[in-house]
Amino acid sequence: MRHKFTAVAVVVIMLSLFATLLAGCAQKPATQEQPKPEAPKEIKIGLIAPMTGDVATFGQSTKNAVMLAAEQWNAKGGINGATIKIISEDDRNDPVESANAALKLINQDKVVAIIGSVASKCSLAIAPIAQQNKIPMISPTSTNVKVTLEGDYIFRACFIDPFQGFVTAKFAAEELKVKTAAMLYDMNNDYTVGLAENFRKHFTNFGGRIVADETYAFGDQDFRAQLTRIKATNPEVLFLPDYYQTVALIMRQARELGITSIFMGGDGWDSAEFVPLAGEAAEGGFFSNHYSPDNKTPEAVAFIDAYKAKYGAVPDALAALGYDAALVLFNAIEKAGSTEGKAIRDAMAGIKIKAVSGEISFDPNGNPVKSAVILTIENGKQKFVKMVNP
Amino acid sequence: MSSAFSTFLQQVINGLQLGSIYSLIALGYTMVYGIIRLINFAHGDIYMVGAYIGFFAAGFFGRSFFPTLLVAMVGASLLGLTIERFAYRPLRYQPRIAALTTALGVSIFLENFVRQFVGPNYLPYPRIIKVTQIKVGDIQFSNIQLIVLAVAICLMLGLTFLVNKTKIGKAMRAVSFDKDAARLMGINVDHVISTTFLVGSSLAAAAGVLVGITYPRIDPYMGILPGLKAFVAAVLGGIGSIPGAAIGGMVMGMAETMVLGYMKSSYRDAIAFTILIIVLLVKPTGILGKPMSEKV
Repeated sequence: MRHKFTAVAVVVIMLSLFATLLAGCAQKPATQEQPKPEAPKEIKIGLIAPMTGDVATFGQSTKNAVMLAAEQWNAKGGINGATIKIISEDDRNDPVESANAALKLINQDKVVAIIGSVASKCSLAIAPIAQQNKIPMISPTSTNVKVTLEGDYIFRACFIDPFQGFVTAKFAAEELKVKTAAMLYDMNNDYTVGLAENFRKHFTNFGGRIVADETYAFGDQDFRAQLTRIKATNPEVLFLPDYYQTVALIMRQARELGITSIFMGGDGWDSAEFVPLAGEAAEGGFFSNHYSPDNKTPEAVAFIDAYKAKYGAVPDALAALGYDAALVLFNAIEKAGSTEGKAIRDAMAGIKIKAVSGEISFDPNGNPVKSAVILTIENGKQKFVKMVNP
Repeated sequence: MSSAFSTFLQQVINGLQLGSIYSLIALGYTMVYGIIRLINFAHGDIYMVGAYIGFFAAGFFGRSFFPTLLVAMVGASLLGLTIERFAYRPLRYQPRIAALTTALGVSIFLENFVRQFVGPNYLPYPRIIKVTQIKVGDIQFSNIQLIVLAVAICLMLGLTFLVNKTKIGKAMRAVSFDKDAARLMGINVDHVISTTFLVGSSLAAAAGVLVGITYPRIDPYMGILPGLKAFVAAVLGGIGSIPGAAIGGMVMGMAETMVLGYMKSSYRDAIAFTILIIVLLVKPTGILGKPMSEKV
């Protein structure tokens, strides 16, 4: 498929180059004299997301949703008459790439605000740059606490790790009624460490006990040594707060080693690729998430319909939050009536809108206050279990 | 059987399996180095391409294991031959740094080639072998772990036979010992070097397919980290020595597993590399390395 597409693209590009060359030759004397037509007024907004790499579906969902939001607004006449132009950059889920992308967007493209990135480690790389340049930034999905503490220009559209840790721990203790849990997570990732720490804290508060606390490094594929060690402690729950690619590998190896614990995790599991990768092993796992397509508010229904019509798929939470982040930003720019950083920031701080993942207003740290849902995997599909309020 | 002991045995199995993968990749590094004194940094990427060829071959052969393995090995050998012919051979009599830099270039080229034409995303590897669990007392392992170990050992034995008992093996050893003298004795050095790349690349491809089966996801950058670790394993075993690479790989795999299993997991790489440094301090040429004197 991609082959064909690439081949077609190459042919098209070559033909069009050829055509422009010919056209250029013919028209050269005429076009040189003409003054450039006045460019339509547009508002440039940067988008940084991992379109490729280990969490590629996250970036693609996010981009789809932001593009959808921009398209809808432009169809209504844009923001105060100006067209929205999204300039998107792929950071491959690598903080170094994220920082480069942010510098490029701010210095070269002169964007007025940035949406991004998806992973906390990447947003943490962008935040100081946005803050220094006084460019408002809103991350759709970075749940690590530290992201918005970088400064008053940094916001997010999702809840934060302590809440996610609290929600999963509460569910484990009160709904699953388990007493022991083990954790296995990436020790170098702000997101996974944040979730693990908060799960530990709250699970212990609910009277549970963490019987094993094991880590690995990014890029590892073999977890059998840690899992063998975890198996010896016989936990009722195994908490796996990483992204779907890694969690899928861990789950399969755990089941192969004969671990029967219930798997739990966070919003990093939310991907259409998760179940194909994890197979049977994913069955019966529970994870916390920002939104469920089964949760039918008018905003969510309208969004899901529009997304399905445009992309032919049910939007995941990444898409919902990407859309919400874009809505918050567009509304703030409209309210500010200016594209100046300070004005947008102030408008954003005071905003209150009904969005797809719930009502969004910000606390003084730029974090929205909203609820979470618990989902489970049943017959290879995500299923809504319950809603947990802050 | 006490549970601590069965956990220990379980960890030994884990370590052997991880080690056999490192060994297979390390063999290619060490063979190429032994013959032309080149650290072939593209080797990890040949391993990656091997995994990809296996991915497509598995679809074609209806997911049967041996044809898939064979096609991946043949495909990667051809790639190895091509790389040697067009990237390294023209530089054979240039300073060694030129070939080394080229190897890095080939590595980046292969990664980006696959990224561009197959796609940058992780692909779920087809389940060529049905996973079944084998339980012995408290120890539980999968048939895949056994198959990985068995295939790796067979390939290593085959390689030992090739190098020690066949004519081409004799020629390889001769070229490795002294290229110019070998040429004077009528050995076709180019042919021998090509064969070395062919064999090394096919082993890397075998490792690629085995990894694809064991950890069912592949991506264009999957060769970087195992490539690096296998290189370390080759140095640890004594670079240029074939049994050394096999042992070095096993030592690396076992050390990593035991650190993870019995110490804090975050110390894994620190301890694994400390072992490397200690071995090299005591025996600078590696476990089975022969003392070498620089030719002037």
